[in-house]
Amino acid sequence: MADFQALFEATAFNAEYAACLDEGRLEEWPSFFTEDGVYRIQARENFDRKLPLSILWLEGRGMLTDRIYAVRETLYHDPYYQRHILSAPRVIADEGDLLRVEANYLVVRTKRDQFSQISSAGRYIDTLQRTGDGLRIKSRLCVFDSELIRNSIIYPL
Amino acid sequence: MSQEVLQQPEIPAWDNDGSSRIPFWAYTNETVYQRELQRIFYGRHWSFVGLEAELPNPGDFKRTQVGERSIILARNEDSSVTAVENICAHRGAQFCRERSGNVKEFLCPYHQWTYGLNGDLKGVPFRRGLKKDGEVRGGMPADFNPAEHNLTKLKVAVRNGVIFACFDHEVEPLEDYLGPEIIPYFDRLFNGRKLTILGHHRQHIPGNWKLMQENIKDPYHVGLLHTWFLMFGLIRGDQKSRVVMDAHGRHNAMASTREAAEPNKGAISAGISSFKEGMALQDERIIDIKKEEWWNGPTVVMLTLFPNLIVQQQSNSMSVRQICPRDCGSFDFVWTHFGFEEDDADMTQRRLRQANMFGPAGYVSADDGEVLEFCQESFHQVRQMTGHEAIAEQGGRDWSESKHTITENAIRGMYAYWRKLMEI
Repeated sequence: MADFQALFEATAFNAEYAACLDEGRLEEWPSFFTEDGVYRIQARENFDRKLPLSILWLEGRGMLTDRIYAVRETLYHDPYYQRHILSAPRVIADEGDLLRVEANYLVVRTKRDQFSQISSAGRYIDTLQRTGDGLRIKSRLCVFDSELIRNSIIYPL
Repeated sequence: MSQEVLQQPEIPAWDNDGSSRIPFWAYTNETVYQRELQRIFYGRHWSFVGLEAELPNPGDFKRTQVGERSIILARNEDSSVTAVENICAHRGAQFCRERSGNVKEFLCPYHQWTYGLNGDLKGVPFRRGLKKDGEVRGGMPADFNPAEHNLTKLKVAVRNGVIFACFDHEVEPLEDYLGPEIIPYFDRLFNGRKLTILGHHRQHIPGNWKLMQENIKDPYHVGLLHTWFLMFGLIRGDQKSRVVMDAHGRHNAMASTREAAEPNKGAISAGISSFKEGMALQDERIIDIKKEEWWNGPTVVMLTLFPNLIVQQQSNSMSVRQICPRDCGSFDFVWTHFGFEEDDADMTQRRLRQANMFGPAGYVSADDGEVLEFCQESFHQVRQMTGHEAIAEQGGRDWSESKHTITENAIRGMYAYWRKLMEI
């Protein structure tokens, strides 16, 4: 059943993606994308009003890799753990090469000596590409409901 | 039952003559903060409240803040912009809940009192009572005068598309408030061209509101905390720069000019651990800068307008950043990025790409919010003590103009004004 196949692929893919970030394997994060894969984090306020501004808008593995370098080396920040809680993906369309799917996410942030808090609540709006090595992200748009950002967003969502 | 009287903490003595040593209690003392709200935010100071481009059509409104107080900006039928406090004159409900929209009038849902966009009270249901079976049920007293029950109106000033408001109608004209030192920098960016809104960021920073002003008034940190600025020459201590203030020391402009092909080595990077030998980007499009004619020299101009506005032009990226105090120890930082109506698609994309440097995740901004939080944590821990003070003495102890960015002179300027105004 095609729907089940797409659902299964996207679910497994998102589980690996979340584990990569939650375990802090940030250097592997760009490899979840196609060479020209796009990653955006955008406030729902802007998304709904069709305003283009994004918190991050990275185009291609080069920019994704640069982001991780910055997180590791140049962007001074309070250390914290991340925990992704993802919903089952909603398969919008299975176009053979491309899967259009969405999934809700909660990202919980835990700083040293502090209680856990929700740092972002939103959804992924994805175009995933089927490749010989499995799915890769052609485009992932993280649209967050969270009206106020708790100070900063350092690690990818 | 005992009566509990809430005591406001006393303001300790500021035990030096200058403005280069700031006691930690200036960021935590509740009495100081309440005085700031009264004298600064609700006193005779212009607060930034929005851009005209956010209200293009009659009936457009936008909810925002002056100090902690909720206000509504609106474009009226005669195309003027007005600002009113978001408190119904009847029972005090904060009636406007949406952030923006288009309406014919304001309506309080509680008892359906209605107001014109300019805050005039238009309708009071059953003002003359309900006539039924030959009797009049209810009705406001005969001497109830609607004209005395408008929404609280703020004074509004608009300069080249930028909107300011003030609760105190005796405030000086905006041009005098900004002053001749600052206006040329303001008009350089806002010269009447139509702006295009690119979007907003809303960031909650757990720090006293003044810390944000100080952060931008302090170009000393930019080449140190922000590796990107140093590595890519976006602001550096060895560049041609100017740091000026208005006559009171409350506003400031920092202008700097990026020089082509600067060496990354030498005194500018010696001993600086944030300097990354050999750092390069895999994709340089985020720092692919295209010179714009109107820059007229400087490649970056940062303005701090007291009390609540930062204006940013860094390369092709531009934003206004509004400081909205929430309480003594935190504020919301609302960013509005914009371009110009004449921008082509390439320029818009450039502005959006460079926006990756700014905002809550930005390569040269995210860490500002982080370090402000670290400072406020310390201030809070010793809030009942005196003796701790922050030092702002880079480049001297006075607040005269500077020709370079290795300075904290504008912080000293702000506190010179603040101490006078606050009588502290």
